[in-house]
Amino acid sequence: MAKGRPVFNEDRCKGCQLCTTVCPVDIVHMSERINSRGYYTAEVTDPDKCITCMKCARICPDVVIEILREATKEEK
Amino acid sequence: MKKVFERPKSLTDVPFSYCPGCTHGIAHRLVAEVIDELGIQERTIGIAPVGCSVLCYDFFDVDMQEAAHGRAPAVATGIKRVHPDSIVFSYQGDGDLASIGTAEIVHAANRGEKITVIFINNAIYGMTGGQMAPTTLPGQKTTTSPYGRDTEACGYPIRISEMLSTLDGPAYIARASLHDPQNIVKAKSAIRKAFQAQVDGLGFSLVELLSTCPTNWGMTPVESLKWLEDNMIPRYPLGEYKVIEGVK
Amino acid sequence: MGEKILMKGAEALGEAAIKAGCRFFFGYPITPQNEVPEYMSKRLPKEGGVFLQAESEVAAINMVYGAAGAGARVMTSSSSPGISLKMEGISYIAGAKLPCVIVNIVRGGPGLGGIQPAQSDYFQATKGGGHGDYRMIVLAPSSVQEMVDLMGDAFDLADLYRMPTMILGDGMLGQMMEPVEFKERKPIALPPKDWATTGKKGRGKQNIINSLFLIAEECEEHNFELKKRYNEIEKNEVKFESYNMEDADVAIIAYGTTARIVKTAIKRAESKGMKVGLIRPITLWPFPEKVIAAAAEKVKAFLTVEMSTGQMVEDVRLAVNGQKPVYFYGRTGGMVPSPEEMVAEVEKILG
Repeated sequence: MAKGRPVFNEDRCKGCQLCTTVCPVDIVHMSERINSRGYYTAEVTDPDKCITCMKCARICPDVVIEILREATKEEK
Repeated sequence: MKKVFERPKSLTDVPFSYCPGCTHGIAHRLVAEVIDELGIQERTIGIAPVGCSVLCYDFFDVDMQEAAHGRAPAVATGIKRVHPDSIVFSYQGDGDLASIGTAEIVHAANRGEKITVIFINNAIYGMTGGQMAPTTLPGQKTTTSPYGRDTEACGYPIRISEMLSTLDGPAYIARASLHDPQNIVKAKSAIRKAFQAQVDGLGFSLVELLSTCPTNWGMTPVESLKWLEDNMIPRYPLGEYKVIEGVK
Repeated sequence: MGEKILMKGAEALGEAAIKAGCRFFFGYPITPQNEVPEYMSKRLPKEGGVFLQAESEVAAINMVYGAAGAGARVMTSSSSPGISLKMEGISYIAGAKLPCVIVNIVRGGPGLGGIQPAQSDYFQATKGGGHGDYRMIVLAPSSVQEMVDLMGDAFDLADLYRMPTMILGDGMLGQMMEPVEFKERKPIALPPKDWATTGKKGRGKQNIINSLFLIAEECEEHNFELKKRYNEIEKNEVKFESYNMEDADVAIIAYGTTARIVKTAIKRAESKGMKVGLIRPITLWPFPEKVIAAAAEKVKAFLTVEMSTGQMVEDVRLAVNGQKPVYFYGRTGGMVPSPEEMVAEVEKILG
């Protein structure tokens, strides 16, 4: 799978935890931080392991997550 | 690094007003992604219902009209007849569509009105605080069925997709679910086929999306997805119920 | 003089709407207005328009909402019970500032009532049959020609003030045939419908048609804005006919079909030496209170005659404000008052 990483727009997170239940490489967890809306936010603990499967982004109800993917050799 | 997943253009920048974990937000994103991918943002007109998603006129970045409770298919009809080249969709909850608005949805479908309906079925009235809906499951506790829905007294869950697919007017009717990423992908493909059917002028299209209501179900968002899978899917089987020739 | 043709009221209404540029009609069958949708179903497709019979009056008025919000000149017609079903939609149309024309060919009520002519929907039309602080401009024709002329006014007023406008007829006006001329109307300057939902193309910013204001300050502000517009209408758009009022002792206040009968009664009363005049409101809202208040300084008494058990009489009393007595005579349920009955009432008043 391609390499890349998710980017969390923490201020939009409502701490619903759905993204933490779908990551196949288990790098999405709840953080200790509280955002401006008063929710504990989700975060990526080990971005290098991300395989850009996009499951976390797909299940997020608030479009908090964007996924970046490294250009493959052909694209370079 | 290239962005392979980002906020769709057809969503405004306004944060959703929904409860944490409510799958309305997923449905909104999917509809907006399809509008982007079909390149129809500039000629799409949406209709907001009365219910939790009434505020979706602030979330979809297309021309929007807010309809009276249950009347979105009629409002959509009025718009489509005035602008036949526009792409018109109504976004409705189960209270709006399957209860007060049943006549409007049945007749819009029966007329083969060239509109697309996104029907959110979460088996409850959300905005008003968790009352029983026509889609509430037998035995399901709500604020107006505190002892569990008694089918003797209040009848049975209405299966809208099956019901409407008996009519000749619809071109495409499907039911999908938002309870896990894989089903979300399938839901998006159904939404895309529904909008494509309208773009191709094939007739009426509707996608029923099984959804959660953590707050009024009295569960966590994560538990809600599981409850949906275990309880709603057996009552509301997923699949395509009407696919006429020409739907792609 | 243009060409006059003999036409039934209901059909003349439809033709006048088409002449006014209306290309969309959403309706539902109900006696005694069926000829309006029937006529529109024949004519609109020929004019590149859309006629659609909805599944109910509720659906029809919401189709009107959508079409009006999309920027079209659109109308619906119905009769009393059907208008009751449309009331929620009319409130939404007023709240969302949408222009449209609604025709009510009134029949006897309440409930299923009857199918003969009546005026028992006055309150419903002028006091807001729907919820909230809203008004409708209500025009009351008393002849088929006037129906045609007022239909043109109705569409202009609706667009000018961005609100629902009602033509309040009755079963008799809808069914009677009279010679009609479709006069050339001088177009008035109307604001562009840049608020309509046509699709964002070339506009960038989305247009939203909406009547929801969850924040109380905004909802109040919205209501004050509508009220300012209603005050303007009350100042500029009052229409009435004053007939034989010069030295009248009794002023009869009546509109629509009833007012025609009053004119006959006035001639009979004159032959008996009684000086009677008529003030005929043409706009039921905005109500012509000034001319009535002014008449109160000259006449001995007022007699309001309606095909109802007394609704407009309340507005007459408000206008007269106690200066002079205001009497009422009415038939209802489809019964039409005769000139003799009216003359008898005047005789009672003048003693």
